[in-house]
Amino acid sequence: MKKRVILHFPPNVTGQPVIYYLAKDFNLVFNIIKASVSPGQAGSLVLELSGEHENYQGAIRFLTEVGVTIESADRNIIRNETKCTHCGACVTFCSVDAFSLDQKTRRILFDQGKCVLCGFCVVACPPRAMELHS
Amino acid sequence: MAKTIEQINQKIKKGEVVVVTAEEVISITRDVGIHEAVNKIDVVTTGTFSPMCGSGAFLNFGHPKPRIKFGGGKVYLNDVLAYAGIAAVDVFLGATSLPDDDPRNKTYPGEFNYGGGHVIHDLVSGKDIRLVASAYGTDCYPRKSLETLVNINDMNDAILFNIRNAYQNYDVAVNLSDKVRYTYMGILKPNLGNANYCSAGQLSPLLNDPYFEAIGVGTKIFLGGGTGLIAWHGTQHDPHTLRGTSGVPSRPAGTLAVIGDLKNMRPEWLVGTSMLGYGATLTVGVGVPIPILSEEILCHTLVTDADILTPVVDYSEVYPQRGESILGEVSYAELKTGHIRFGEKLIPTSSLSSYPKALEIAETLKLWIQKGIFTLTEPVAKLPGVWSNKVVEPLKERPIS
Repeated sequence: MKKRVILHFPPNVTGQPVIYYLAKDFNLVFNIIKASVSPGQAGSLVLELSGEHENYQGAIRFLTEVGVTIESADRNIIRNETKCTHCGACVTFCSVDAFSLDQKTRRILFDQGKCVLCGFCVVACPPRAMELHS
Repeated sequence: MAKTIEQINQKIKKGEVVVVTAEEVISITRDVGIHEAVNKIDVVTTGTFSPMCGSGAFLNFGHPKPRIKFGGGKVYLNDVLAYAGIAAVDVFLGATSLPDDDPRNKTYPGEFNYGGGHVIHDLVSGKDIRLVASAYGTDCYPRKSLETLVNINDMNDAILFNIRNAYQNYDVAVNLSDKVRYTYMGILKPNLGNANYCSAGQLSPLLNDPYFEAIGVGTKIFLGGGTGLIAWHGTQHDPHTLRGTSGVPSRPAGTLAVIGDLKNMRPEWLVGTSMLGYGATLTVGVGVPIPILSEEILCHTLVTDADILTPVVDYSEVYPQRGESILGEVSYAELKTGHIRFGEKLIPTSSLSSYPKALEIAETLKLWIQKGIFTLTEPVAKLPGVWSNKVVEPLKERPIS
């Protein structure tokens, strides 16, 4: 199984090597999509976790016990193709360059693989073509 | 040999007209030469699809029973304020109007998810709209309030009347400050983080007729997916700005006021638009046919993105404070590579104007003319050109008392 989760760390947990145990004790493969964690401050982490279902359940219990709040990130930013006008405003405002310009057609390409679900484009796209689906 | 619009219309009727887009004319003329091109080509079609705040619609709903007079009262369409200070059941709905309870920039940057432009889009989509009106009541118009659903199909008139569209060239916006700026030119990252531009360049209507020789008041155009007319020069129309060697303005210059029947338009060409931290507006599709009446007119349609220069302006300080200085000039060819060079720095570029949609407009207009469903009209008056004394001045504030 593969799942995307957002982990919210309270300030007293950000100093602990919590993610290490996901691999060591629960045999989960993790891919860090986005991280904002500094010791002593509340932080958050977007992770893609893959592994056995039972191990995943165990990991969630462990994370909850150490004080991490878990939110499902099994959501996607999807481009509404009928609303997109291919103006290109998104090309520079996306912080991870998920949008690019096809030089030949002048149309805008959206690479969902690069998207870190920050949601900024949902309010920044002028014709509001970017939609959050959960 | 010089042609006339009447001769071109005869060719349209016979199905013999030769129409090309403002993009195609460049390579065709390069191949066959100016002399042959001017004989062969009858019309060059242009297009632009951009947010244009100077847009709005006049609506007449018909008289309810008993009657009401909106003038002096207030009218809301889907909560968006419409201007009621005209006749009894007419309003003007502007693209940038907002609901009274929109938080605007109180929660900065404001989202502006629904405004006048969005109501126009919903109207033209055929959706029912909530009309809520209050009035003071008179002997002849006794009613003081009205709440009803309205639909464009039931209205007596729905007329798109955009007082300033299709700017001939426009600034490139950058941000020299150290914080993000939310502007009508989009989101500008600090310290020259990006450069935003807004023109269809070589496809743009007025850049293909830089001296307004081929088009004028009364020219029939593609407007919002239907047809419209050039009604007048647009507000802030300035024929006296700096021009490059081929006569193409290298500053924001001419503009168009355009009018057309909203009932014949299409929602995909009138799109409600929200500029984060700035406001609501309407993205409008405009396409103008350029009749090739002379060699000079043809030569002006040969303009390429490399020929069109535009100023780079700081929108953190210089634009808001109405400063004069520019950071330099760039061509649309450079802008369209995705980067412009500023000293040692490469600045990524974004467009707010959709080139694929502009091309689709030019292609659509071409098809309409080829099929004979769109004929050209003779202008009835010139747009102010370099010969005119039309000037654009800033406001000189004077104390009231």
